[in-house]
Amino acid sequence: MSSRLQNILVPVIAVLLGVLVGTIIMIITGYDAVAGFIALWQGAFGDSYFFGETIRQITPYILAGLAVAFAFRTGLFNIGVEGQLIVGWLAAVWVGVAFELPKIIHLPLAVLAAAAAGALWAFIPGFLKAKYRVHEVIVTIMLNYTALHITNYIIRTVLSEKSDRTESIAESASLRSPFFESLTDYSRMHWGILIAIICVIIMWFILEKTTRGFELKAVGFNQHASDYAGMNVKRNIILSMVISGAFAGLAGAMEGLGTFGYAAVKGGFTGVGFDGIAVALLGANSPIGIVLAAILFGSLKVGALNMPLQAGVPNELVDIIIALIVFFVAASYMIRLIIKRFGKKGEK
Amino acid sequence: MGIMEILMIIIPTTLLWAAPLIFTALGGTFSERSGVVNIGLEGLMVIGAFTAIVFNLTFVDVFGAWTPWVSLLAAMAVGALFSLIHAVASITFRANQTVSGVAINLLAAGVALFLVKYIYGKGQTDIIQRGFSKIDIPILSDIPIIGPLFFSNTYYTSFVAIFFAVVAWYVIYKTKFGLRLRAVGEHPMAADTMGINVTKMRYYGVLISGALGGIGGGVYAQAISSDFGHATISGQGFMALAAMIFGKWHPLGAMGAAIFFGFAQSLSIIGSSLPFLENIPNVYLLIAPYVLTIIALTGFIGRADAPKASGVPYIKGSR
Repeated sequence: MSSRLQNILVPVIAVLLGVLVGTIIMIITGYDAVAGFIALWQGAFGDSYFFGETIRQITPYILAGLAVAFAFRTGLFNIGVEGQLIVGWLAAVWVGVAFELPKIIHLPLAVLAAAAAGALWAFIPGFLKAKYRVHEVIVTIMLNYTALHITNYIIRTVLSEKSDRTESIAESASLRSPFFESLTDYSRMHWGILIAIICVIIMWFILEKTTRGFELKAVGFNQHASDYAGMNVKRNIILSMVISGAFAGLAGAMEGLGTFGYAAVKGGFTGVGFDGIAVALLGANSPIGIVLAAILFGSLKVGALNMPLQAGVPNELVDIIIALIVFFVAASYMIRLIIKRFGKKGEK
Repeated sequence: MGIMEILMIIIPTTLLWAAPLIFTALGGTFSERSGVVNIGLEGLMVIGAFTAIVFNLTFVDVFGAWTPWVSLLAAMAVGALFSLIHAVASITFRANQTVSGVAINLLAAGVALFLVKYIYGKGQTDIIQRGFSKIDIPILSDIPIIGPLFFSNTYYTSFVAIFFAVVAWYVIYKTKFGLRLRAVGEHPMAADTMGINVTKMRYYGVLISGALGGIGGGVYAQAISSDFGHATISGQGFMALAAMIFGKWHPLGAMGAAIFFGFAQSLSIIGSSLPFLENIPNVYLLIAPYVLTIIALTGFIGRADAPKASGVPYIKGSR
């Protein structure tokens, strides 16, 4: 079997296995699996409102997936997307409430602020990795919690007076779209999906069409060979993290400027950053794969909210399925072994 | 408020918050020493906390005063069982250990909350009737000065945790098992050549981390939160990971770091009632463990190096 076909088969089988185990769990616990999946489907695509909400959820998923994948391509594991997202969210909202500008300037400024904040937050692990050879996984995990506490503190003291949320952003900085809203029965779908799609193209362009992208990928394949070929490995590591962080920051802008229109004190993480790891992994770090994986996970997440209402199944079932998909993709060696075995049987 | 009174508030609270971190950080040490990165500590604590609370609520009539301890054993067993998933993926199927750890975290949260809703029909369990409670340790609490400071108004679990750290140090540095564990984490091929079963040692490492992570979660749930919901374990596992690194992958170092992080956590909670801390925003205390860990890694406070083969799957015959 060709390796290309295998590369497509592995994620598909992983998804099927995840759904299969999810079904088994529902059967064992006595829930109605058929009703569960019908509720899931209808919750994601059942009417135009749900469809709009699904698109809204897919938007940050695409960007978070791009962030994780971009770093992955340079051989870096950015678990800090969550933190960069929170920082970007805050920066976007900050610009959104602090200024009064015409929309043509204000909105791009807020979006760019989010990207810049995310990039800056990701610069720290990139720099430490390049300069001190500190493992980026640990640093990004630590920075997630640092981001959480610092943004909460800023929201409480600087952006409000001991309140748990900021004011709503000015209309001129908002991504909200009356057009999409009227189209989808007043869901929270916003213009951000266009930004996400543009970013998918940007990632593809950087990686496939520029010298810089070639260098970034080369560093991901083999640092020593890249160094020997005269590439600046350290600069590429930092650059990769910064671009990754910018995507993550934009994902935060989607929440801050689009979905919510404000920033609130958080007791825990949004989860979007961690789901971004799942998106990137299932999408095999390719732009098209990420879009498809984001569509899958976005619909699962939004559809899940309908499961308790319509079928009485706890929506956490979907979290289990997503975790299992990540797990099966990670252990793809197992799936490849199975494919190999079946392939051999076929030849006999 | 005199120094003595302040210390009498701070020390027991510090030890209370440190105990779950110590257990879990020790677990992380065992896993990483064997060469398997375990980002899934957070998830293992979630499973431990969930198991302990459910067991406690179910069997409180059977075990009476011993319920929290028996629940802890249950949390330990289920934690070890759950970590088996991480072991199978990252050792047998050569999965990226970081990804597998992330999957463990996602899975643990999903499974635990799903089962809570399945069993109790709501998003949060009831509050347990018998948790670990404050005690004055007999005899020791009568010692002047030290007694009231360290052994009064405190919890047995904190001392069990410290005892475990000493045991872990002995096991890792003074026994044949520990030598083998460290060998497969530093240079698995050399260990394999000497006849050590690398796969088996790594399974042990991960399973011990699951057991200790489970205990850590169980202690947290029964001493601090008293129930289980989606926010019960929020970052303690990652803080334990930080403690392990800050402690330079050494059991006693991890314990010291965990106590220090417990101190920072307790200050952020009780700080407003202390005279010299009320004006300091507690954000500094909240981020201190994480920032310090990053600084430690960059080598400003002495270099912290991970076991050499940590994070690398061992494939027999490859160089």
